[in-house]
Amino acid sequence: MQRLRHDRLGMGAVAVVGVFLIMIILVSLHLLAADWADERGAHYANPTFLGPGPDDLAMIEPPPGKMLDLSAVDPLAPHYAQIEQRTRQLETTQRPRVRTLPFGGDRYGRDVLAKVIKGSQVSIVVGLASSLVATLIGTLLGACAGFFGGRVGDGLEWLYNVFTSVPYILLIFAFAAVSGRGIVSVIVILGLTGWTGVYRLIRAEYIRHANREYVRAAQAIGAGPLARMFGHILPNVSHVILVQLSLNVVNFIKTEVILSFLGLGVSVDSVSWGTMLNEAQSELILGKWWQLTAATLFMAVFVTAFSIFTDSLRDALDPKLR
Amino acid sequence: MSDPAATAALLCVRDLAVEFRIAREAPRTAVNGISFDVPANRTVALVGESGSGKSVSAMAIMRLLPDNAHVSGSIRFAGRELTSLPTSEIRALRGGAMSVVFQEPMSSLNPVFTVGDQIAEVVRVHERLGRRPARARAVELLGEVGLPDPQLRVHSYPHELSGGQQQRVMIAMAIACNPQLLIADEPTTALDVTIQKQVLELLARLRRSHQMSVLFISHDLGVVGEIADDVIVMQAGEVREHGAVEQIFTAPKAPYTRALLACRPDLERHPRRLPVVEDFLSGKVPSMVDAPRALRADQEVVLEVTGLTKSFRLRDGLFHRREVPAVEDVSFTLRRGQTLGVAGESGSGKTTVGLTLMRLHQASAGRVILHGADGPVDLLGLSEAGMMPYRRRIQIIFQNPYASLNPRFTIGHILSEPMALHGIGADTPARLGLAADLLQRVGLPRDALTRYPHEFSGGQRQRIAIARCLTLQPDVLICDESVSALDVSVQAQVLNLLLDLQDEFGMAYIFISHDLAVVRYMADQVLVMSQGRAVEMADAESIYRRPRNPYTRKLLDSIPRGLAGRITG
Repeated sequence: MQRLRHDRLGMGAVAVVGVFLIMIILVSLHLLAADWADERGAHYANPTFLGPGPDDLAMIEPPPGKMLDLSAVDPLAPHYAQIEQRTRQLETTQRPRVRTLPFGGDRYGRDVLAKVIKGSQVSIVVGLASSLVATLIGTLLGACAGFFGGRVGDGLEWLYNVFTSVPYILLIFAFAAVSGRGIVSVIVILGLTGWTGVYRLIRAEYIRHANREYVRAAQAIGAGPLARMFGHILPNVSHVILVQLSLNVVNFIKTEVILSFLGLGVSVDSVSWGTMLNEAQSELILGKWWQLTAATLFMAVFVTAFSIFTDSLRDALDPKLR
Repeated sequence: MSDPAATAALLCVRDLAVEFRIAREAPRTAVNGISFDVPANRTVALVGESGSGKSVSAMAIMRLLPDNAHVSGSIRFAGRELTSLPTSEIRALRGGAMSVVFQEPMSSLNPVFTVGDQIAEVVRVHERLGRRPARARAVELLGEVGLPDPQLRVHSYPHELSGGQQQRVMIAMAIACNPQLLIADEPTTALDVTIQKQVLELLARLRRSHQMSVLFISHDLGVVGEIADDVIVMQAGEVREHGAVEQIFTAPKAPYTRALLACRPDLERHPRRLPVVEDFLSGKVPSMVDAPRALRADQEVVLEVTGLTKSFRLRDGLFHRREVPAVEDVSFTLRRGQTLGVAGESGSGKTTVGLTLMRLHQASAGRVILHGADGPVDLLGLSEAGMMPYRRRIQIIFQNPYASLNPRFTIGHILSEPMALHGIGADTPARLGLAADLLQRVGLPRDALTRYPHEFSGGQRQRIAIARCLTLQPDVLICDESVSALDVSVQAQVLNLLLDLQDEFGMAYIFISHDLAVVRYMADQVLVMSQGRAVEMADAESIYRRPRNPYTRKLLDSIPRGLAGRITG
C-alpha cells in the first residue's frame, strides 16, 4: 500500500476511480441526477456552449397572401373570446422547454449530462461486479485445473470446451431465460459466461508454477495443496488476474449494451452507458453528437483510470519493482 | 603497441570498456578497460566467475550487445577496426570469418527447422551456394563434427538429438564458413562431463584442422587447463592475470588466480575446509593440509532404503500407457552425521531418488525406513497426513536458489512458514526471533528478515534455503545439486557451511551432484547412478582410487583436471 502511495500516476487513477464511486453512491441515494428523466429541454436541445439552435417553429414561414376570414362559416367563432378568457384563468403547469442544456438533450429533451451520470451507476456496477464474479470463477477453476491436472483438469477442460463451443449470444440467452431480468441477473449472466478467458490463462500459469522449486520446497516443509495453491502460487500469478480483471470490466460494460439491446438487460425506463451509445447510433445521422460524446468520454475516463489503477496495483505488489 | 607479437595477432583488444545504461540510473560498468590479443592458431581462454565481464567482452567483439551498451576502446580483427565498422560489413563477418558457439544448444537452435536446413542456411548466406550444394556441405560438416549417420541426421529436428549432439550441430554451423576466429562462450557448461570431454576434444581437433583461433570463455579452470594455450583471468570487469597456461597453473601470480585454483575441490587434496577467495585476497594463505573425514561406522542408522523404484507412466497413443523407469532398485543405508554422495549424469535418476525419498514423487516400489526415537517407520507406507510429522526430519535443498524461494514472500515469511506449519515457536514474533538466529548462523545479517529474495545473490539465497531447512532441525538433509548453480568461490563457502552445520547438528546428508570432485570432497560413501540404476557403491576413498565399474571409471576419467588432463589430440 505504501508503494502504491508513491506512484503519482497510480494515485491519480485511484482518485478518478474514487470520484466515480462517490458519484454512483450519490446517484443511488437519489442525491445526484435524480431528475434525469425530466423532459426539460427542447427536442435535441443544443449544448449550452454551442448556443441555442434554430427554432424549428419560427423557421416555418407564414403562407404568402392574405388570410381568409372564415368567421362566417366557423361555428366556434363566437366563442373564441370566451375560450381565451377561460384559458387565462388557468395556470400553466408545464414549464416552457429550455432551448439549451449543459451538455445537450436527447430525443425527449432529457439532460444528457444527468443521463450519463445516472447511466454510470448501472454500467459501473455491472462492469465491476460481473468482472469480479467472472475473474473469481475463472481463477478458482483455473487454479484447480492447473494445479491438480489429471482427472480434475480433464473434467474442467470439458466444461471449458462446452462453454466456448456454444455461441456467446445463445449462451447468454440460455442463462437469461432461467434468471430473468434486472441488474442482478445481468451480473450473474455475465459472470457465469465470461470466466473462460481468465480460466485459460490462470490454468496455464498454474501448470507453469506447480512444478517450480519454490512450490516443491513448500510441499517439502509440509504445506498442504490449498496452502500451496493460494498461499504460494496465487501471489505469483496475481498480475495476470489484475490485468484480466480490468480488461473484463471494459468488456462487460460493452456486453451490457448487447444485453439491453436484446431486451435482456436493464429495463427501458432506466439508463446505462450502453443504452446511450445504442441511441446515439441513429442520432449521429442527424448531427446530434453530444449523447455519444458524453457516454464515450465518461466510459473512456473510467476505463483508463481503472486500468492504470490495476497496473500500479500490480507494480506495487511486485517486490522486484520499487 | 611495441610488442611485435601484438601487431601480428588476429584479434587485438585494447582498453575495451563496456557500460550499460539503464533508464535514469548511473551507467553500470561491465568491462573496465581490458586489453588482450588472440594470436593466429592459438586457443585463448577468458576465465572468470559470473559478472566478471567475460561474456560481455566476447559479445562486444561480435557487436552483439544490446542498444543500451556503450562500448569504447579498440577491437582490431585481422587489421580492421570492428568498433567503427558499418553494420552490413559486421554482418558479413559474423558467421563468416568470425563465429560463435553459445552455452545452451537447446535454445540456440530453432526447434521448427531441421538441423540440415539451419547449417545450409549459414552456407547459403555467406558463400552464396545453391540449395543442393549447401545441403551436401551440411552433410559433410555433420560428418566432420562427428555426428553418426550424417546423411540421416541432416533431416533431424533439434529435439531428436541429445544435448551433446546439438552442441556438435552448433559447432558445425560455426565452422561452416571456415572462420579465422571461433568464439566459444561456455560451450560445455550445459553438458555432462563425459560429453564435455568429447566436445573439448572436437574443438581442439577442429582448431588444428581449420587453422583457426579460438577464444574460449569458461568459468571452469579445470576445463581451461585442458584446452587453452593462453589464459586471461578476469574479475569484476578487469584482467587480473594474463599468461601462458603452464604459468597460470604452476606459478600463478595474482592472488585471485591462486584463490580460484584452490577453492575448487579436486580429487587429490582434501583439506578440512575449502579456502575461499577472501582468504587469498587478505593475504593469509589457508592451510591445505589433508584432513580426510573418517567413516564413522559406530553411529546409529537414520535412514534405510531398500529396493526404491520409481517409474513414470506416460501416455502413449489414445488409451495405451507406457511405463518409463526413472529409478530402479536403489538401496543404501545412512548413518547419523554421515554423507552419502549420489553421482551421475543427467537422466541417471539421481534427482528422482531425492524427490521420492521426500515423497514429492510417489515411489512405485521399495521401502524407506526412517529410524528415530519412536522406532522405525516406513515413509512410503504413510498417508499424506501421517507423513506430516516426519517431514520435519527429512528436508531438501534444491539446485536453483533463484527458483526455490517464493519471490513474493519476505525472508521472514519464508523462514517462519515451516515453523508455523509444524508448531515450532509460540507465536509469530518468537518464530521471527528464531529465524533471525538461524540467518546469523548461516552468515546473513538479522535485518534480512524484512527483505525479499531478489535482493540477495545466488550464494546468499542458497544460505536462506539452508536456513529454511534448519528451522525444522532435520535428521536427514538432501542436497539436490545444491551448489551446482553457484560460482566456485561461493560454492566453497556454501560447502564449508554445510560441513560446519553437519558437525554442529549431526545431520546426515544425501549429497546429489553431477560434479564428481564436489561429491568426493563432501561424501563418506558414494553411490554412482546410471540410467536409473545404482552401478557402484563404496566408500569415497576406494571408489575414486579403485573404481570397479567401467562406467564409474569413464566418469572419473572425464573430470576436467586442468593441465594434468591436457588434450593433445
